[in-house]
Amino acid sequence: MTADGIFRFRLYVAGNAPNSRRAIGNLRRYCREKLRDRHEIEIVDVFENPEQALEYGILLTPTLTVLSPAMTRPIVGDLSEIEVLTRALALEDEAS
Amino acid sequence: MSTVEAPPAFAKAPTGIAGFDLVAFGGLPAGRTTLVRGGPGTGKTVFALETLIKGAREHDEPGLFVAFEESPDRIQANAASFAWAKDEEREGAVSYLDARPDPDLVQSGNFDFGGLLAVIEAKLRASGAKRIVFDGLDVVLALLDSQRSVRREVYVLHNWLQERQLTALITAKAEENRAATDSVHSLDFLDFMVDCAVALNQSMLSGTSQRSLRVCKYRGSTFDENAIPFVIGTRGFEVAYFRSEDMNELPASTERITSGVPRLDTMLGGGYFRGASILITGSPGTAKTTLSGAFAEAASARGEKTLFVSFDSSREEIVRNLRSVGIDLQPHLDSGVLRIQSMRGITKSAELHYLWIKELAEAQETRCLVVDPVSALGKSGNVETSHSVAERLIDWAKARQITVVISSLLDQSHEHVEGTPLQISTIADTWLHLKYAVYAGERNRSISIVKSRGTEHSNQLRELVLSNDGISLADVYASGGEVLMGTLRWSKERAERLEEYQRRSELERMRKQREFEAETLRSRISALQHELEAKLEESKELSQTDHLEFREREQARQTMREKRGGDVQSGAGKDDDR
Repeated sequence: MTADGIFRFRLYVAGNAPNSRRAIGNLRRYCREKLRDRHEIEIVDVFENPEQALEYGILLTPTLTVLSPAMTRPIVGDLSEIEVLTRALALEDEAS
Repeated sequence: MSTVEAPPAFAKAPTGIAGFDLVAFGGLPAGRTTLVRGGPGTGKTVFALETLIKGAREHDEPGLFVAFEESPDRIQANAASFAWAKDEEREGAVSYLDARPDPDLVQSGNFDFGGLLAVIEAKLRASGAKRIVFDGLDVVLALLDSQRSVRREVYVLHNWLQERQLTALITAKAEENRAATDSVHSLDFLDFMVDCAVALNQSMLSGTSQRSLRVCKYRGSTFDENAIPFVIGTRGFEVAYFRSEDMNELPASTERITSGVPRLDTMLGGGYFRGASILITGSPGTAKTTLSGAFAEAASARGEKTLFVSFDSSREEIVRNLRSVGIDLQPHLDSGVLRIQSMRGITKSAELHYLWIKELAEAQETRCLVVDPVSALGKSGNVETSHSVAERLIDWAKARQITVVISSLLDQSHEHVEGTPLQISTIADTWLHLKYAVYAGERNRSISIVKSRGTEHSNQLRELVLSNDGISLADVYASGGEVLMGTLRWSKERAERLEEYQRRSELERMRKQREFEAETLRSRISALQHELEAKLEESKELSQTDHLEFREREQARQTMREKRGGDVQSGAGKDDDR
């Protein structure tokens, strides 16, 4: 669990690509349902910020990185299998 | 070179890879996508990197290398041994992008290559790259969970590349026949999308690596469809290709150079032709090396750079063995005109041997080349490729006007057919066959000219005689359908000498006899002459006597008449009456 209890996500998307649009929708719904009032979502469009994508090695889109609680494993995909995120976050919870 | 290139239907991007641009009639399709596929370790990355670096250096087309499988650092380190990778200026002209997927990534649903394309886009803007390599695209395609996703991503990628008019090279791991077993990750669709596809193959034959490549498709262009051997040497990728049409361009020299054996030159009508290929075949020990050595010595003595490649012996052994038959190579080795390179005991593919010989010869600017024996190329799994290698060696030498003497071992079992294991006899210009004749407990060497193009040549078999003074050829004797050599030849020669001696002494004897007879006759003539003269003298004396007697008698009668006192007139008158 983070210090302030807030989950911070950064989602890299590729413009208006269907996978990216779906990922945004899936992440927002997840946060609304599971992390109400304790999440922040930053969306980065790789076409607008390629240097940032390069810096973080974001080659597959969409890619979700969890900044807080810090999680090194990126989650790639449109988040249609959202239980992956639950599992990942739960594991982080147990670890901390 | 310019004459053999078919006019390209569209622009070609030369790879700069020796031989490949000939196979592909100019290079890869410019502004289009090419797939290079093959199993692990077949040389895909080297092919791609060399194309990129040479494109940047030789054709002023900056490149971008997108690495999916290995880190750019490792790729550059692995390539550092190649001559073209050592160039300083490649920094900047070729940039690298580490695009290895995070091994820890967690997958949740579908994704695409949007990030990749965005990053590449930025890289392209910065570097102005015209050529791009996707090395190991299969690694990221494997992350996609359905054939449909693969198709979609490949399609998007292909369009993206086309829009940007990039000359793209995609490499992907694929076994030639794997596609059928793994439908999700088959590269069929990739094969279908691209304009040009090249398959690399590596196989092991009797422990020797054999590489080959094949252009599988090339939209809108002519290409050679055959599997073509290649090697990866210090100069990188080398495709063993020599288009046969090139042969028309080759000069045909009329200059003669000596074989090193004067009498053999005579048999050949003046020696070997400059730039010709001479094949010497024979069983072990038939003096193939010696004959090759004589050629090398003569060439070195003329001051022509000579390369002697031996698969049999070490340099010292060759020098020692040839010295025993009066061929001294040491001074030429010392002066640097001659180079002896032993490749004994080195197991490599025939291609690599060929490449090595070429490199040595080009570095030395060889004019005369000896390969002893070329049949060594055919051992250790090289049987299939060695034929084409030997053929290309000859073609290559011919194109450079290098006179090449190659020996080839013949099995005893094959000897009677006078064929060569490598079947290069058809392309060699001159073919000398050495043979043992075993007869009457002796083994003797014979030499015959099986063929010699463009020149009158003797059809005679000669005996090859090795002595301290070198090689000489001796006439052989045909006696009762049997060819005589060695001791038999010697005894035959001796018998003939004896016969000649006897014939000559008989003549001498007869001449003396006649002389004696003539002398006898001459003395008899002389005696008779004397006799004749005596007779004539006698006869003269006789006639003188007669005359004297007559006068005496006349006088006596006169005296008598006078004494009788007879009338002198009446005596006369009495005569008138009668």
